[in-house]
Amino acid sequence: MSLLNVFNIAGSAMNAQSQRLNTVASNLANADSATGPDGKAYRAKQVVFNTVPVGEQGGAGVNVAAVIEDASPMKQVYDPKHPLADDKGYVTLPNVNVVEEMVNMISASRSYQSNVEMLNTSKTLLLKTLNLGQ
Amino acid sequence: MLTRLDETLNFHAQALRVREQRQQVLASNIANADTPNYKARDLDFKAALEGALKGTPAAGGTRLATTAPGHLSGSPALAADAQLQYRTPAQGNVDGNTVDVDAERAAFAENTVHYEFNLTRLSMQIKGLLAAIQG
Repeated sequence: MSLLNVFNIAGSAMNAQSQRLNTVASNLANADSATGPDGKAYRAKQVVFNTVPVGEQGGAGVNVAAVIEDASPMKQVYDPKHPLADDKGYVTLPNVNVVEEMVNMISASRSYQSNVEMLNTSKTLLLKTLNLGQ
Repeated sequence: MLTRLDETLNFHAQALRVREQRQQVLASNIANADTPNYKARDLDFKAALEGALKGTPAAGGTRLATTAPGHLSGSPALAADAQLQYRTPAQGNVDGNTVDVDAERAAFAENTVHYEFNLTRLSMQIKGLLAAIQG
């Protein structure tokens, strides 16, 4: 029954997209965190998607291969009154790009929706198949 | 008699199997719409259905070994990975992904309707046979 595999495929994709939404949420929440547990400013995090085979008939699901830290340069703001300012008066702020994160969020939620619809359609088909000949 | 029944129902039953597999392949494409370097794939429906009707496994598919005339052949696996074909991307992506979500969703909807068609036809055939049996 390859139709049952659609559940696994859509499920894995929904899982991956919700992890992506999670990182977006933590990036946006920490957009102004000048310090963290390690004493350094927060670095934006990004998920890396990877294809995983599902079933024996060429199905392909998604998983999150890694959560990487964004390598773009940190924001430097001149604010000598800030308690974390260095000797030149600059504060290091997170490299979170709020606009990019919003775009990422919308893209993730659209993909999630597509997968939910796909799952619903396949579920309807399966239920109809169960009623075959009645 | 049993073979006749089988023959009547076989076409749509096989078509359903191929549709089911295509549904899975299209689902994989939509699921991997954001995966870097994923290449969208599709099934050659005509070839897959012809293969399924002839009972011959598609290239790369496997089937049960029959060593005596009474052995059942089993249902051969439909198109394996080898028979899936890559889509030609309309617009390239920087991350190497070739999924066009709109096209895939349209194909998914089309495949769903075709699946339902085969299901309805099969249901009608069964009802027709039942009517003939019960008089």
